[in-house]
Amino acid sequence: MKKLATSLLAAAAAVAITGAAQAADAKACFIYVGPIGDYGWSYQHHQGLLDVEAAFGDRVETAYLESVAEGADAERAIERFARSGCDIIFTTSFGYMDATNKVAAKFPDVKFEHATGYKRESPNVSTYNSKFYQGRYVQGQIAASVSETGVAGYIASFPIPEVVRGINSFILGAQSVNPDFSLKVVWVNTWFDPGKEADAAKALVDQGVDILTQHTDSTAPMQVAEERGIKAFGQASDMFAFGEQTQLTSIIDDWGPYYVERVQAVLDGTWESHDVWDGMAEGHVAMAPYWNMPYEVAAMAKKTATAITVGVLEPFTGPITKQDGTEWLADGETADIGALLGMNFYVQGVDDQLPE
Amino acid sequence: MSPDVIQAILITVVTAATPLLIAALGELVVERSGVLNLGVEGMMIIGAVTGFGAAQITGSPWAGVLVAIVCGALFSLPFAVLTLSLATNQVATGLSLTLLGLGVAGMIGEQFVGLPGVRLEAIAIPGLVDIPLIGRLLFGQDPIFYLSILLAFGVWWFIFRTRAGLTLRAVGDSHGSAHALGINVLRVRYLAVMFGGACAGLAGAHLSLVYIPQWVENMTAGRGWIALALVVFASWLPLRVVIGAYLFGAVTIAQFHAQAQGVAIPSQFLSALPYLATIVVLVLISSNRRMTMRNTPASLGKPFVPDR
Repeated sequence: MKKLATSLLAAAAAVAITGAAQAADAKACFIYVGPIGDYGWSYQHHQGLLDVEAAFGDRVETAYLESVAEGADAERAIERFARSGCDIIFTTSFGYMDATNKVAAKFPDVKFEHATGYKRESPNVSTYNSKFYQGRYVQGQIAASVSETGVAGYIASFPIPEVVRGINSFILGAQSVNPDFSLKVVWVNTWFDPGKEADAAKALVDQGVDILTQHTDSTAPMQVAEERGIKAFGQASDMFAFGEQTQLTSIIDDWGPYYVERVQAVLDGTWESHDVWDGMAEGHVAMAPYWNMPYEVAAMAKKTATAITVGVLEPFTGPITKQDGTEWLADGETADIGALLGMNFYVQGVDDQLPE
Repeated sequence: MSPDVIQAILITVVTAATPLLIAALGELVVERSGVLNLGVEGMMIIGAVTGFGAAQITGSPWAGVLVAIVCGALFSLPFAVLTLSLATNQVATGLSLTLLGLGVAGMIGEQFVGLPGVRLEAIAIPGLVDIPLIGRLLFGQDPIFYLSILLAFGVWWFIFRTRAGLTLRAVGDSHGSAHALGINVLRVRYLAVMFGGACAGLAGAHLSLVYIPQWVENMTAGRGWIALALVVFASWLPLRVVIGAYLFGAVTIAQFHAQAQGVAIPSQFLSALPYLATIVVLVLISSNRRMTMRNTPASLGKPFVPDR
């Protein structure tokens, strides 16, 4: 109820801005699942919006809505944007997938860009994603190198391929350093709930993990790790300020270049529907500075990141065995993109049962 | 599982339960005076944001605690004026207070989003904290935990052992008779409502200064409603509130441990477990009429208009 009220207010504000600035050639709009102050996922998307503003100045007008819940609220928010004169709308959470496609069908002249999804039901919908799993592999190697207990904790949001891929990549990276490394996974069934994320983090620490990593968006797990004196990885942006003794590194999502490119395409009239999945090579995934670890570990991490960037290392390269013991990839075989995008199983070494 | 691990787990249970306990004790006093305030969630989030803000600005978490208590009490005043002096519907007014609180807190808090908070550090009681098994659990906690225990016994003592408590119960059970005896019903209720606001404010401060030292919109995440349910759960008895709060905290934390242990129960079910448990207990309690009726304040939710 309150979220709806916020959305409506913000939408009203967005409409008001449209009236004021008529000189702009295009209007780019963004919808975020969390507050822009989450210092994680939504924060980074908002950095992308700021890049768009910096690149185009008065030529492009921008608007955004934050904390838009996935589901019915999202559809209303997207439709409101479409009506308010947005030329391109970036919907930046997996759960906006159906809502984005539904609204897109009604507004053929508006371009829609949906992050991390796979449905493009009309020619005015694009999907884009980043290969965050590449960064998770680097984190796994670091975790296995600095952990004393040999067990890391993973706070996971929803059992979707994106998250499962991250977990698998992390454990594969860890096993490349310590074959016996294991991973405890706790699902919190939310993207953003600091209280719940903190509770999950505390439970994992009490269960003996000495490394925390998360696929949720708040800084609460980092703060718990700092309080308990263990190490942790940030999520989506540099969370160093929340754990100066704690953060090893963080995967940084850099959406700015993509947003600038797509808005430019709208201005040029060259925008076309596509599906983009870029990673370290294109600069969309970067690692935060390596802290709180020995020099050799940081050097190894840098080497791995470079190998992934130049393309000589692919985290999902065989031999890889699934959790149930069956072979997934033979020696030297790499996973095809379909298998990666639809990943719904664990590899060996994950101490958890994947929720259905 | 070693005793140290069990103690560590119990500490997290206590942390999860403390804000619920404090808010529920406050609401218990309010309801004992015959007023039903559904605005706990709103007053709690006001406490969370003002507490966090005051701690940021002054650098002292104690200033945050104090400000949260005061602001919680002040924020309950509009409710008190409307329902007591103007005799509006308590349910509707309480709900509005919650909605208003969430909105106002979001507005005040905008400047505090994303700042690392000031933590109210734990106070270890020398000597006692080294007792094996229970030392850290009982004597190495954050100050608000100690306050919550004092508060529980304080509320019990006040309600059942003091004359003022007797007055409070009289007002809640039969405001007409209390009025006839010369008790100022509205004054008692004003004070009770403000006490409830202060407690909710303190509970909010626990969230933003101890639990997760940061400010996030909507960070109470329904804890105010759980506190309301706990009062019924406890059938308006303070010491039962303590049991209820710790039980709820235990179920909340247990689900994460079950997952980390690899227990094969769907995580979605585990997430819902604390709420399911609350519903089951509420059903069990309300099915026993004698048990609920004995302690239910008879004038609960009824407006009182003194005859002139």
